[in-house]
Amino acid sequence: MREIAYEEIVKNVRDIIIYSASNLPQDALKAMKEAYKNEKSPVSKEVLKQLLDNADIASSEARPLCQDTGLAVFFIKLGADVRVVGGLLTDAINEGTEKGYIDGYLRASTCHPFTRANNKDTIGYNLPAIIHLDIVEGDKIEIEYAAKGGGSENVSRARVFPPAAGKQGVIDYVRECISDAGPNPCPPLTVGVGIGGTFEKAVISSKHALFRNIGSINEDPEMAELEGVIKKELNKLGIGTMGMGGTETVLAVHIEANPCHIASLPVSVNVQCHSSRHTHITI
Amino acid sequence: MSKTYHLTTPLNDEITSKLHSGDIVYISGTIYTARDAAHKKLVDLLDKGKELPFDIKGAIIYFVGPTPPKPGDPIGSAGPTTSYRMDSYSPRLIAEGLKGMIGKGKRNEDVTDACQKHKAIYFGATGGAGALLGKKIKSAEIIAYEELGPEAVRKLEVVDFPVTVINDTYGEDLYKIGRLQYEVK
Repeated sequence: MREIAYEEIVKNVRDIIIYSASNLPQDALKAMKEAYKNEKSPVSKEVLKQLLDNADIASSEARPLCQDTGLAVFFIKLGADVRVVGGLLTDAINEGTEKGYIDGYLRASTCHPFTRANNKDTIGYNLPAIIHLDIVEGDKIEIEYAAKGGGSENVSRARVFPPAAGKQGVIDYVRECISDAGPNPCPPLTVGVGIGGTFEKAVISSKHALFRNIGSINEDPEMAELEGVIKKELNKLGIGTMGMGGTETVLAVHIEANPCHIASLPVSVNVQCHSSRHTHITI
Repeated sequence: MSKTYHLTTPLNDEITSKLHSGDIVYISGTIYTARDAAHKKLVDLLDKGKELPFDIKGAIIYFVGPTPPKPGDPIGSAGPTTSYRMDSYSPRLIAEGLKGMIGKGKRNEDVTDACQKHKAIYFGATGGAGALLGKKIKSAEIIAYEELGPEAVRKLEVVDFPVTVINDTYGEDLYKIGRLQYEVK
């Protein structure tokens, strides 16, 4: 049994939160530069230039890339041979989140669903974190983190189709989602698609799909092909950067597929803005 | 063809009538911030016949909830939030004399109709460019609803704040024009 101190987890979480807020990860930066190179619309190209400049300023002056520093979303793989000493793992994640958001001068964006009162003086500063936990083999803790903004979350959707909808049904549903969203989710986008499972499994898979590095290839060749087909379809929409019109609307489509019930075809679309702040560490 | 303007607030009908969808505008002067919760409070004040916390005639409202400033800075990162959430409130403020809104994303017909009727402009700023846009803000002062935290109403002094005209006073919409041009049927 390997012992990992509660405080070590707090510190690691705090640090990745502060770093991610100002530093666009390499995969996202590369994809944005590629989009800048390929974009045919001069207006969208100009806005992409502004976003690349913004990434430079954010990183060199340690300023948040975007004022929406997101809700803190975690996918945690806890090794079965790890014992967290000094407190509970989820408490450590939440404490690290609060420290990161306060120490990094990031925005507190959690509130009560109806009164809209900010949680900062009640539950905690930008708390609670959203935590998905899995137990796996081994003696390590793997932490995947993303700061998830509200604008792109607001256009996300899920639906359970009858099986006859098939692949074309999935393609049409994703196209409709991105077309309706237009400029609102801050394109160019990464589109996470969860297919199969149960209703909530599809939704969580579509979220997790956004944590994959942009430019990485799906291990399932059938899904890799479908990702390519959907991406091509979405880039025909003409939405462009921030909806100004253009050829580069989507940086990547990421699919996570699961076995499902013989009666259902659940599909979920989770949208990520161009500021894809995600990171992955192992303790 | 898109034109470039340097404008100083407050705006008036003569200025807003010159602008067309797609024009690039650099705004200097005083602008005010308000998001969802503050809009509700502003409209509640009007409903009760009370005065607003700032002069709305010719004013520009920026839909933004900035990050907290680091020590020594006037403000943190400050890019636009998605505007449709303010659609149910904006027409009322436009009728009271609001001449400009800065945000990102589509507006509904009530807003674009109000822009035409009362000669107001909906400007788009670049979403996700919070670090760059925050640096165009030279001072910030909370003037109402401090309890709302990032959603409090702030008076900002900006210099050459870069925006694009999305909806003009003639019913044009840059999002529609731009997309049609690059859509592959």
